[in-house]
Amino acid sequence: MSMIKSLMGASLVALMTAGVNAEDIAITGGTAFTDGGSGKVENATVLIHDGKIQSVTSGGDVPAGYRAVDASGKWVTVGFMVSGSNLGLQDVPLSGNLNDARASDHKNGMGLEVKYAFNPASTLIPITRIEGVTRAVTGFSASKDMWRGQSAVVALAGEDMIVADHVALSIDMDESAARSNGGSRAALWDSVITTLEGARPNGDDDKDDDDKKDKKPKYDSGKIALERVMTGEVPLLVEVERKADILNVIELKKRFGINVVITAGAEAWMVADELAAAGIPVVMDPSRNLPEDFDTLGNTSAAAGRLHAAGVKVAFMAPDTHNSRLVVQNAGIAVAMGMPWEAAVDAISKNPAEIFGVASSYGTMEAGKDADVVVWNGDPLELMTSADAVFIRGEQVALESRQTKLRDRYKDLTRSPAYNK
Amino acid sequence: MKKAMTRPAWLRSGLAITAMGLALAACQPGEEQGEFVEINKDPFPSSYTPLASKPTLITNVTILDGKGGRIDGGSILMEGGDIKAVGQNLEAPEGAEVIDGTGRWVTPGIIDTHSHLGVYPSPGVRSHSDGNEVGEPVTADAWVEHSNWPQDPGYIRAAAGGITALQLLPGSANLVGGRSVTLKNVPGRVAQDMKFPGAPYGMKMACGENPKRVYGEGKNSPEFRPHTRMGNVAGYRAAWAEAQDYQRAWDKYERDYKAGKDVLPPKRDLNLETLAGVLNGEILVHMHCYRADDMGTMLDVMKEFNYKISSFHHAVESYKIADKLAEDGVCSSMWADWWGFKMEAYDGIRENIPFVHKAGACAIVHSDSDSGIQRLNQEAAKALADGRRVGVDISKAEAWQWLSLNPAKSLGIDDKTGTLEVGKDADVVLWSGDPFSVYTKADMTFVDGAVTFDRHDPSRQPVMDFELGQPGEGDVK
Repeated sequence: MSMIKSLMGASLVALMTAGVNAEDIAITGGTAFTDGGSGKVENATVLIHDGKIQSVTSGGDVPAGYRAVDASGKWVTVGFMVSGSNLGLQDVPLSGNLNDARASDHKNGMGLEVKYAFNPASTLIPITRIEGVTRAVTGFSASKDMWRGQSAVVALAGEDMIVADHVALSIDMDESAARSNGGSRAALWDSVITTLEGARPNGDDDKDDDDKKDKKPKYDSGKIALERVMTGEVPLLVEVERKADILNVIELKKRFGINVVITAGAEAWMVADELAAAGIPVVMDPSRNLPEDFDTLGNTSAAAGRLHAAGVKVAFMAPDTHNSRLVVQNAGIAVAMGMPWEAAVDAISKNPAEIFGVASSYGTMEAGKDADVVVWNGDPLELMTSADAVFIRGEQVALESRQTKLRDRYKDLTRSPAYNK
Repeated sequence: MKKAMTRPAWLRSGLAITAMGLALAACQPGEEQGEFVEINKDPFPSSYTPLASKPTLITNVTILDGKGGRIDGGSILMEGGDIKAVGQNLEAPEGAEVIDGTGRWVTPGIIDTHSHLGVYPSPGVRSHSDGNEVGEPVTADAWVEHSNWPQDPGYIRAAAGGITALQLLPGSANLVGGRSVTLKNVPGRVAQDMKFPGAPYGMKMACGENPKRVYGEGKNSPEFRPHTRMGNVAGYRAAWAEAQDYQRAWDKYERDYKAGKDVLPPKRDLNLETLAGVLNGEILVHMHCYRADDMGTMLDVMKEFNYKISSFHHAVESYKIADKLAEDGVCSSMWADWWGFKMEAYDGIRENIPFVHKAGACAIVHSDSDSGIQRLNQEAAKALADGRRVGVDISKAEAWQWLSLNPAKSLGIDDKTGTLEVGKDADVVLWSGDPFSVYTKADMTFVDGAVTFDRHDPSRQPVMDFELGQPGEGDVK
């Protein structure tokens, strides 16, 4: 019953807020976690004003004009974030429609930008958000070289879903990348270091420009993308697995003085102290525990807990894009394998916000941040818990997707369900 | 590699059989007879022997018996590899190991109907790709057990997830991929050491996109069929028709021989032999099929050739025809929430499993994944919650049937395992708590009463040969 009520409420909200100022909302009576997995507030009143968090207080009153949402007995968290996906870039990747996440024939992967490929109408977006995952890092999985373009952070509802369009420059430096970029790790690294050396301020490129002052500089999207890394504006997001490769990535960070984030990172836990000292976060799928190839022999599902214990900032991915919603289950698996609950929730909220540079507007329930808030009917990491109400940038979204429509159509089998709206 | 011949080998050999059948008919009765030729149906017999065990009593646990029952504060006694008693206040026999299970749960071991462990093992390097014999669309002569690498570290991870038995299947590239094999999840030196004694063989078939893509895409030549769904169905029917001819030839040989004629047996055809084994009811069909309409077609093909589809696999649209599946007694082996990676998976919904259950059809949670197989209890938990959310009220005890009894039925081993009934194999999991919680892990896994994995005893956490002397050896997984 409560679900049906909130569905009706949501449709009403959608009508009311279309094109007008965002609704004022008070979520009352729940247990709120205001700082990732910490900052617990019992009997919380979460006020949302103008799409932003206004305040979170214990037992606070509901001001006049605020719509109250009863969360008594429920858990209230920020909307969660999946760190690494192709959301909005792929729908049906195998023999289906164009998979925009794979620019396989494009020679310079650096320049790729999400905004030219992103489809806000993708069915994956509602399917993901109604499970309480309201934010995603989305980006590219293939190009002709080792570069994987510039990732973006998207909010999974509303207009202008891309909230930050260049949050990292992504590069693949694992075994498969070495195989297709020269056939050896040595070749891959030679290419990457040569490229980065050439992009240093006052490097050869600048000298060339001085020699040809009258010539208009050629537009080079890759150069622009790389400059964002070289100036420290965005991190280099390096997909890498093996311990030895990760140590080389730490060296790379020192050599160029850039920000680096490791993604995948099967054996990152083996150099956890070095990563912590170098300030390199790790974005990972905590469920991996098999020697998938010779890059990942050290895989263990204890990795997330070990990295966290060493002081490495950790964020979580899901198994794949269609399963982006399962990032929440992944956080639960990390807890089962030794990570503190608070840290696992951080890994799907405030940590990715910080790693990908959107912490000023998302990641905690601090006043002034976007109101991505989810009301859960229990511990959000538990398998049998579900999201009862989802707010994204202050707007309550209907708990509807193409899947729930199929579900409702076939709940009771009839001769021709096509007539069941 | 492009094949030189214009007909698939199975079709050519089928014609040869028919020709031989005509020649045999010319023999006269009363001649001196040669030895009657009987085919050995078990040329790779199971060499499984249970690991050493001692009588074990687990007390003070919540028991889900696998057939829908629940006992709070229960005990279970395992002895001689079998379940000896289940109930409350059981006495420990002399010398038995007693495990106080306070706060913990006991269930039957999980059985996965759909695994490629051993045939697509870890590490997943190219040399290890042994799961799809793609050369021809019908390769019923390929037996997946001959690809099984018993050293796959995935088996141990699965044991840590409570898996006690599993079916290895060939991949879904082919219309008929080959024979499956059912295993006890215990380490072995050779593949036969893992074979579930007395389990019937299965045979893998595949509907829909995969066969037509593998044979049709980019190879627009008559040697490579199918290219379409209708081509798929033509292929299955042609194969069954050939198998019928083969069956008739062997039946005739037996009749003629028994009538005293000196007859030669039909030329042996390993492909048709497996297909005929299905038509004889000895081999169970496991069919990869996503879409409701594909499954609907296959239910009719099944009736046309009078064989049994034991389970559809993946079956993401079973919820659309759950009533028909119940009527025809065909199981669905399903994921909780995987969907969308191809068109035939685009209509996946989270309520598929509970909706199939609700319709009275046989619902199974399967993995098709070396990761998923480690957490099938979690998949069941999600499906259960999704069902309850829309008013399908199923208890945890009932839901456990998706993980043990129903898979055992679909594999033809439910007389031996799948429930905690006295006399059945002691294939049992002791969970650290409620197995429908994400925080719960298998503490101990027993196969035939022997511990295959113990989370709190590193000496009972097997390490595969491949892992020795490499990073990660013996680590927590």
